[in-house]
Amino acid sequence: MDALVTNFPFVIVAILVAIGFYAVAFKRNLIKIVMGITIIESAVNMFLITLGYVQGAYAPIYTMAPEEAQGNMVLPTPQALTLTSIVIGVAVTALMLAFVVNIYRHYGTLDSRKARRLRE
Amino acid sequence: MIVEYLPQQFVQNLPALIIAIPLLGAFIAPLLKKHGRAAAGWTVAITGVAFLLAILLMDYVRASQGGMVVYVFGADSPGLTLPSGYTVPVRIMFQIDGLGVLMAFLCTLLPFLAAVYSVGFARKETGLEKYYALMMLMTVGMLGMVLTGDIFNLFVFLEINSIAGAALVGFRNYRGEAAEAGFKYIAISAFGALMVLFSIGILYGKYGNLNIAYLSGVIEYSRLDLIALGLLLTTFALKCGAAPMHHWVPDAYGEAPGSISMMMVISSLSSLYALIRVCFILFGGIVISLPAVGWILIIMGLISMLLGATMSLIQKDIKRFIGYQAVSQTGYMVMAIGVGLAVMGDPVAMQTYGRNALTAGLFHLINDAIYMGLLFLAASAVIYAARTRNMDEMGGLARKMPYTAVFFLIGAASIGGLPPFSGFASKLLIYESVFAFNPVLAVVAMVTSIIALAAFAKQFAAVFLGPPLSNLKRVRESPRSMLIAMAVVAFLTVLFGLYPQLVIDWLVRPAVEAMLNLAGYGAWGGA
Repeated sequence: MDALVTNFPFVIVAILVAIGFYAVAFKRNLIKIVMGITIIESAVNMFLITLGYVQGAYAPIYTMAPEEAQGNMVLPTPQALTLTSIVIGVAVTALMLAFVVNIYRHYGTLDSRKARRLRE
Repeated sequence: MIVEYLPQQFVQNLPALIIAIPLLGAFIAPLLKKHGRAAAGWTVAITGVAFLLAILLMDYVRASQGGMVVYVFGADSPGLTLPSGYTVPVRIMFQIDGLGVLMAFLCTLLPFLAAVYSVGFARKETGLEKYYALMMLMTVGMLGMVLTGDIFNLFVFLEINSIAGAALVGFRNYRGEAAEAGFKYIAISAFGALMVLFSIGILYGKYGNLNIAYLSGVIEYSRLDLIALGLLLTTFALKCGAAPMHHWVPDAYGEAPGSISMMMVISSLSSLYALIRVCFILFGGIVISLPAVGWILIIMGLISMLLGATMSLIQKDIKRFIGYQAVSQTGYMVMAIGVGLAVMGDPVAMQTYGRNALTAGLFHLINDAIYMGLLFLAASAVIYAARTRNMDEMGGLARKMPYTAVFFLIGAASIGGLPPFSGFASKLLIYESVFAFNPVLAVVAMVTSIIALAAFAKQFAAVFLGPPLSNLKRVRESPRSMLIAMAVVAFLTVLFGLYPQLVIDWLVRPAVEAMLNLAGYGAWGGA
């Protein structure tokens, strides 16, 4: 039971990645494919944040840090990575949605089976 | 050595400058709204400066100890990898060796030529300032990917490269197909980049560091590491356009404007660089006892070669046709590198043919970037003039566009492996080295090359020879800037074909040394 509690965030990550995979692979609507990619992105961000969590440790803010925080601070790298990844994710999502809008304008549909003139 | 005569301060900061200058250029370009010609001139200047800096960087790396330059951002001195009291590196650093220099050369040369080509090619489009800004941003992404020594940095630059690339693929937003191709490319890139980030998370969680050199020293043969290796391998193979994950390649290459198709080629090749870096350096310690990784690449290469060549035969769109050929050419490199990887654990085989296979693969990488670029430029010039992409509607264009026809012919002869063009030199090297490993591979490679030659002979005849068609009466030769760009690329194709030894000694051999210099990379070029 204890192992499940400790690994609970990782289980969530796995479930989110699976949902995202499903959406990307099987959904026909382009917006839902974008949503699938965004879900995977959230899963990866959560994975990074979970890696950075240390039980009983303090946030690495030196200003007004309590006594017991000395030498017991987490490394802020995963948080920095996640922030970068979120910013990049926003740009990617915006670009993908812009393409979807453009596709809808030209093809009049969001169905990935119908919106394909490029085939062969 | 040129760098000895330059100020020390300037030379030491070259790795940062080569990123900073195109980045600055990219953010200034949008200010030149409604001044398309000024934006074009600005981009030609900036990418030209970047190319000169890449040449200087090459010189600097050669002159440095261990053939490697380390640039630590924010440190007291650029070469300070471990500040006193630290046992692990904490800062972001660039680590540039022979392989990075080879790629930096291509990643600045091709954007420069693409910018020159765009002066005439893109002048009728709207939103040119954005086009040029994205072009420089894409250059930054590629350069960062090939120069960085930090795996998270690699991810960031990969994303910059993909986002700028996808926006450029969909640049012609008045065409629905362009948006479709752009969406396909960005969706695949975003998905791939997330998988890269996931494996970075695995490696960070296990080893608590992001430095490639540090990680290469501590990597173990464990399940988690193998998962990370698998994810990175698949993603970079996907991004470099190897079959069976090649579906985006003909779409993206075909729909992008011609100059961008050329940049997409080198963008894919910088993903191939990342694949090489991951296999030979980051996981070099465990891949040496895992010939299966090499075999996976060999099989991917074989499928790419055959699939790309056969699929190209049924294409009607001239750029999709070349796009499928690009898949097939990627197969050659992936296969040659796979052979090198498969025999890494066997010193005798490595010495007799493994090294040659790697040399051949990297030499083919240079040639591929150049003649693929030439073919895309020439094909786009044809589309630009004839206003159709369908090869059935073209004919007799050699009379109207003699120079473009000659350039296309040079590119076609090179990809078909005819002497004295560059494709012949590198393909011959590939046949020789992989024949020693397994004759079947050499046979498949030769058959593919013959198919490519036949396909290009047929398409060249269909497009350029024969009587001129009535709908192409008003076709004229391309603008001068396009011809200049094509002439430079064609000249390089012939030069590299006539003097292969020059390129091999100058660029390829130091790169192969760097690929196999795991210990030197792990120690940041030091003892």
